[in-house]
Amino acid sequence: MIDARQIEVSLGRRRVLNRVDFQARAGELTAIVGPNGSGKTTLIRALTSEIGFTGQLRINDRDPGQLKPWVLAQLRGVLAQSAQLAFPFTVFEVVRLGAEAGGHAGPEATALAQAALARVDLAGYEGRRYQALSGGEQQRVQLARVLCQVWDAVTPEGPRWLFLDEPVSALDIGHQLQVMRLARDYARQGGGVVAVMHDLNLTAMFADRIVLMEAGEIAATGPVTEVLRADILSRVYGCRLNVMGAGGDAGLLVVPAAEPV
Amino acid sequence: MVALSEPTAPVAGDRRGRARQTTWGLALLLLIAAWASLATGAAGVSLSEALGRLISGEGLSLQDRVVLGQIRLPRLVTGLLVGAALAVSGAVMQGLFRNPLADPGLVGVGAGAGLGAVAAIVLSGLLPAGLAAATGMYTVPIAAFVGGWAATLILYRVSTRAGRTSVATMLLAGIAMQALAGAATGLLVYAADDSQLRDLTFWQLGSLAGASWAKLAVAAPIIAIALLGTWGLARGLNGLALGEATAAHMGIPVQRVKNLSILCVAAATGAAVAVSGGIGFIGIVVPHLLRLATGPDHRNLLPNAALLGASLLVGADIFARLVLAPAELPIGIVTALIGAPVFLWILLRRRGLLDM
Ligand SMILES: Nc1ncnc2c1ncn2[C@@H]1O[C@H](COP(=O)(O)OP(=O)(O)OP(=O)(O)O)[C@@H](O)[C@H]1O
Ligand SMILES: [Mg+2]
Repeated sequence: MIDARQIEVSLGRRRVLNRVDFQARAGELTAIVGPNGSGKTTLIRALTSEIGFTGQLRINDRDPGQLKPWVLAQLRGVLAQSAQLAFPFTVFEVVRLGAEAGGHAGPEATALAQAALARVDLAGYEGRRYQALSGGEQQRVQLARVLCQVWDAVTPEGPRWLFLDEPVSALDIGHQLQVMRLARDYARQGGGVVAVMHDLNLTAMFADRIVLMEAGEIAATGPVTEVLRADILSRVYGCRLNVMGAGGDAGLLVVPAAEPV
Repeated sequence: MVALSEPTAPVAGDRRGRARQTTWGLALLLLIAAWASLATGAAGVSLSEALGRLISGEGLSLQDRVVLGQIRLPRLVTGLLVGAALAVSGAVMQGLFRNPLADPGLVGVGAGAGLGAVAAIVLSGLLPAGLAAATGMYTVPIAAFVGGWAATLILYRVSTRAGRTSVATMLLAGIAMQALAGAATGLLVYAADDSQLRDLTFWQLGSLAGASWAKLAVAAPIIAIALLGTWGLARGLNGLALGEATAAHMGIPVQRVKNLSILCVAAATGAAVAVSGGIGFIGIVVPHLLRLATGPDHRNLLPNAALLGASLLVGADIFARLVLAPAELPIGIVTALIGAPVFLWILLRRRGLLDM
């Protein structure tokens, strides 16, 4: 369980998050959606102790601020919105770093790296230079690295967490589905997944709960059917959006209209 | 609970095996370089004959003992330590700045250490005699360390913002610091007396000719501790390659890694500069070659850089002693002659590096 209360973040002189309450349960995929600049990445960065904030944060009933970095690394993996890599590592080496961060070593770490690469459809890419991959392939390598770090969704200490900031932003539709299935399966195994999403239809298909953000605040939160409503979405995104039944797997379908009003 | 079949065949992209083989090869190279260094010199002393006498129980002649024990051996040990220190400092600094062009000599850390050392040489005359005697031979290396440390700190502050390092800013800040340190050094040289001037000239050329057990007694422990310290940095530097935020998410205590890196670089560079003056390019050439051969994983890169740096500097020293024999070329000239073209070659191949 992630329980964040009254989270406030100021960057420079701007208040970027304003009294945000955020909950996410293990076993569920919680999607964070909202327009550009609404504070999704900032919320993830606060939840993962990357930036300072005021307010209260508990993950599995522990205060992450009190945990050593290497203990925290066993509790949750984080995929950033934009990844960087200095030096010419191979794909295998990058992913194995994740396995080692998760406390694995030796042949076990190697096997884990290979399994994770297979999960993101990159088996056979081990020997390629990371820098020589396409954008979408790089994104999947980074996801494989994060996945290795917290491979088992549940440990004796409790559920583990995946924080994914736009994990499918650079992917084709086939790999989008594959990665979303991967995230959902992680949740089904008992882990927690918090994913920032832009594609509302993909969100409707895979999310258990949705947190809709607007200008640094929570505009709506709840199960998919409660948040993905035409009136709410049209107002927050500032465009005309219709929501219909019988979308993907007979769920909801968000259909935009070309003209405003 | 990881229930996965463990791989038996070597995995493509796994360069750890090759890196370990390279370590053995480099260790052998180091032994050869060490032997060659002890065996060459202006005085007609033969290493194999001396060893033969030693083994047969005949004992070493006085000449053997002086030439080998007091001249060649301290020179060899100095070369090994300085070469290892420069190469490892380069690798650590490049890891810290996330850029293969960062090198203590190039970005002003060497100049800062040099300024510290020159200041110590010149200003120690002004210290009260008691204090000067008490701090004695430690003043120069410690002042070099402080100078290098200050320079590294300034450099990092100026060129790194929000976890990202601008290479252009880093190199320009390096130029500015070189200029500043150069000017300050010039002022001090102006104030120096004759005997101090002799000390200073040795410095600016960069040479192993002044090597002695007395100097090593101070510098060697500093370099050894700094090199051992970098051993604990390898994982952290690997994580930093993915950016500071990701490194932290992977469990790396980022701030501690950065502080320890800066300390180690300053200590190793400072001590190296204190005994041998400004020797350039080892720190940039050695890690670059090793990254090409066995990849950027710092757990292999750092020890291999120590071995290759040591061999390379000892080799350059042999060359410097032989090429104009009986006169001697300053070793800094040799390393620059080899290193500067390699540096340009790196730039040519990867011009994009400067746009980061
Ligand atoms: N370092 C910073 N200094 C000042 N303001 C910042 C900084 N980083 C982000 N912001 C501002 O904070 C707000 C929220 O940014 P955030 O990155 O959280 O948005 P987001 O919801 O993730 O957007 P996107 O969908 O574009 O990724 C934006 O208005 C942004 O301009
Ligand atoms: Mg974002």
